[in-house]
Amino acid sequence: MNLYAIRAIYRFEMARAWRTLTQSIISPVLSTSLYFVVFGAAIGSRIPEVEGVSYGSFIVPGLMMLALLTQSIANASFGIFFPRFTGAIYEVLSAPVSYLEIVVAYVGAAATKSLVLGVIILITASLFVPLRIEHPLWMVLFLLLTTVTFSLLGFIIGIWADNFEKLQLVPMLVVTPLTFLGGTFYSISMLPPFWQTVTLFNPVVYLVSGFRWSFFGIADVEPALSLGMTLLFLGVCVAIVAWIFRTGYRLKP
Amino acid sequence: MVPTMTTMLSVSNLSKVYEGGFQALRNVNLDIRRGEIFALLGPNGAGKTTLISIICGLVNASSGKVTVGGHDIVGDYRAARGLIGLVPQELTTEAFETPIKAVAFTRGLFGKPPNPAHIEKVLRSLSLWDKRNNRILTLSGGMKRRLLIAKALSHEPRILFLDEPTAGVDVELRRDMWALVRGLQKDGVTVILTTHYIEEAEEMADRIGVINKGEIVLVEDKAELMHKLGKKQLTVHLHAPIAQVPPALAAYALELAPDGATLTYTYDAERKHPGIAELLGGLNAAGIAFKDVNTTQSSLEDIFVSLVKK
Ligand SMILES: Nc1ncnc2c1ncn2[C@@H]1O[C@H](COP(=O)(O)OP(=O)(O)OP(=O)(O)O)[C@@H](O)[C@H]1O
Ligand SMILES: [Mg+2]
Repeated sequence: MNLYAIRAIYRFEMARAWRTLTQSIISPVLSTSLYFVVFGAAIGSRIPEVEGVSYGSFIVPGLMMLALLTQSIANASFGIFFPRFTGAIYEVLSAPVSYLEIVVAYVGAAATKSLVLGVIILITASLFVPLRIEHPLWMVLFLLLTTVTFSLLGFIIGIWADNFEKLQLVPMLVVTPLTFLGGTFYSISMLPPFWQTVTLFNPVVYLVSGFRWSFFGIADVEPALSLGMTLLFLGVCVAIVAWIFRTGYRLKP
Repeated sequence: MVPTMTTMLSVSNLSKVYEGGFQALRNVNLDIRRGEIFALLGPNGAGKTTLISIICGLVNASSGKVTVGGHDIVGDYRAARGLIGLVPQELTTEAFETPIKAVAFTRGLFGKPPNPAHIEKVLRSLSLWDKRNNRILTLSGGMKRRLLIAKALSHEPRILFLDEPTAGVDVELRRDMWALVRGLQKDGVTVILTTHYIEEAEEMADRIGVINKGEIVLVEDKAELMHKLGKKQLTVHLHAPIAQVPPALAAYALELAPDGATLTYTYDAERKHPGIAELLGGLNAAGIAFKDVNTTQSSLEDIFVSLVKK
């Protein structure tokens, strides 16, 4: 195990986060606060409680997920895309580092940043609305699984993308819609039956539902199913990353 | 050649076909001795960078085998790559970091514990110490190139690849680099450099290889090569053609041109007394008048051009 290498990459990535503090922490916190003001306070005051939870509180887990997903993907994809873009990746590829170590370092750093962000958003939220966490251990588990899974997804996107447009494409065209339609701002039971069924094909539904369950004990789908789907998605991402490194896809001509 | 204890790098039957079908390397065989400075010469697109990239793990080989210090670059990549320092041809550096952090980063990547003293030594030897805390994007091109060298030396490699280290580098810096490379050789580091400049190969290398269109066309000791090239020719242009070389001058093994108007004398440039005065005296004595003489010496450049033109 080349621990020095993992540490070097991890620290480098964390240093990058510090350099871009506005982008990596301040702007997501600001936009999440805006959601609270608009949806929680302005619109939410006209929406009745959802299954015994005030609307402002109800949207907190979903909002956290929204920020975690987008930021995990953004951090991890940029972290690997940029050295590919500048050519500085040669150093990592020519070093005595295993693929596993490379992934652990890059994805670990991206996941760490998202976790920190999640905690900050949670603290911010608790200033706006009353919160309770019924299953704290599960909450932490869902938090970890989500940040790692979506950091892996970001890593994959960062390797697949060969220009800046593609780098933005997946988050914009796929992830953001899925998150908004994934029950971030509503309970699926509020939808007509047909759309309820359609929604079940959206992986984000399971994440949000499971995460919300860990807060309030209310869920759209079984928590066990949420966990299962999250693990499945994690497995798929791990498989794709393994394939990338085995074939040298986009990394080694 | 069978790899021995003295072989640092062994490349056998290495071929590379890029996606799209372009064959960049054709069955390359090359052994590099421990501690030597090897210059790889070749025109643009010859495959120099491809060869280095495969050895360093940046490009997958299509077929063939490479060992570094006896370690297979695929099967035992950790041990192999740990020995290697690479200075790439392109100036690729992280823009926002500082030199001191960038060099420490590379050392970490290669699995070495932090060693500020070594990093200071490397930065000082490349005159980058004063710039250690500046952002890399504020460095000049020559400084960035030196930074790449510093990074490659950060983990104390045993074999260093310099892919066109002196491209776009001023004369003074070029001299500094040559001195640095010699210093590394004293410490037992093997150095492989690619270059377009024949003088550079002549100045630096112990052995010289020429690659063209993906094939190694020549590998030779520089001294031997220079010795071969160390032949000079004296051409004597005569006033009037002669039918044959006078027997009195047979010792000089003169060559008479078909038209009988020029005589050519080939001699070793390193000889102290090639006997030119005696030869000219002999011609006078034989009553052969001449209007002009000139000497020529073939250079590394000449064979390089003739090899590559083929
Ligand atoms: N990734 C790639 N895909 C396809 N062809 C490539 C790739 N990289 C290099 N080549 C081709 O392989 C050949 C050898 O390139 P290489 O970079 O090894 O040459 P070189 O000897 O280093 O040249 P130079 O002196 O210009 O640096 C060139 O024809 C080049 O176009
Ligand atoms: Mg090249």
